[in-house]
Amino acid sequence: MPTKPAGTLYRGREGMWSWVGHRITGVVIFFFLLVHVLDTSLVRVSPEAYTAVIGTYKNPLMALGETGLVAAIVFHAFNGLRIIAVDFWKKGAKYQRQMLWTVLGLWVVVMVGFSIRHLSLALGGH
Amino acid sequence: MTATIQSPRSGKIQPKYRRTGGSRGNFEMLAWLFMRLSGVVLVVLIFGHLTVNLLVGEGIHAINFGFVAGKWADPFWQFWDLAMLWLAMLHGTNGVRTIINDYAEKDATRLWLKIVLYAATTVIIVLGTLVIFTFNPCPVANGVQLPGGFCPAP
Repeated sequence: MPTKPAGTLYRGREGMWSWVGHRITGVVIFFFLLVHVLDTSLVRVSPEAYTAVIGTYKNPLMALGETGLVAAIVFHAFNGLRIIAVDFWKKGAKYQRQMLWTVLGLWVVVMVGFSIRHLSLALGGH
Repeated sequence: MTATIQSPRSGKIQPKYRRTGGSRGNFEMLAWLFMRLSGVVLVVLIFGHLTVNLLVGEGIHAINFGFVAGKWADPFWQFWDLAMLWLAMLHGTNGVRTIINDYAEKDATRLWLKIVLYAATTVIIVLGTLVIFTFNPCPVANGVQLPGGFCPAP
């Protein structure tokens, strides 16, 4: 029976889970991007078509969805900068774990700020 | 007989050990480099996009046809959105290509998934580019201005 490999630096640790998170957020963002170009393209159909479709986004469920999407984007952005540091900075590989915790800390700070601003605007009634 | 082993990084690698031989050239290395370069630029472009469209002023409530018209009246935002479209689509397509290569084991499955991927990418990039450059803030159908347009006063 296979046993869990002992002493691995990578599997099941920060390096692996950040890689998993980077893939999942990347795919989510890519599929959103396809839809986002299509909905924006409605400006070429008619002003009313565009404004009508954008109007359906302006509800509480979509506001939460947008917050989730931005959470994915901000993680992918910060972790992507960490990957660049791992690849190009001499000490990048040595400090990859510390950099991941920095990424997560910054992600929390940015998302708290974004959520307060966006949700108060989006849910604040107009 | 002794074999001569060149020192590492001398660049003198026997052809059979070269990673970049064959018809693919340096494609994978260039793709790897593109992900990093486009990634840095995309962080700036997308954070700017989110700030201007969601966080400033009324946020999402301000977004309608007139909002888009106002932005694309300025070549700065046309170029911004064009760069974002191309870089994000190519970055995302290369990412999904990597994932397909990793998880689709059958040759035929990989081939078809990538055909679908590249077709979708081409359609979205061409469509988005045309929309940015052929956008008309004051669309007219059959000689009548469409409601909601951003038309100059007659």
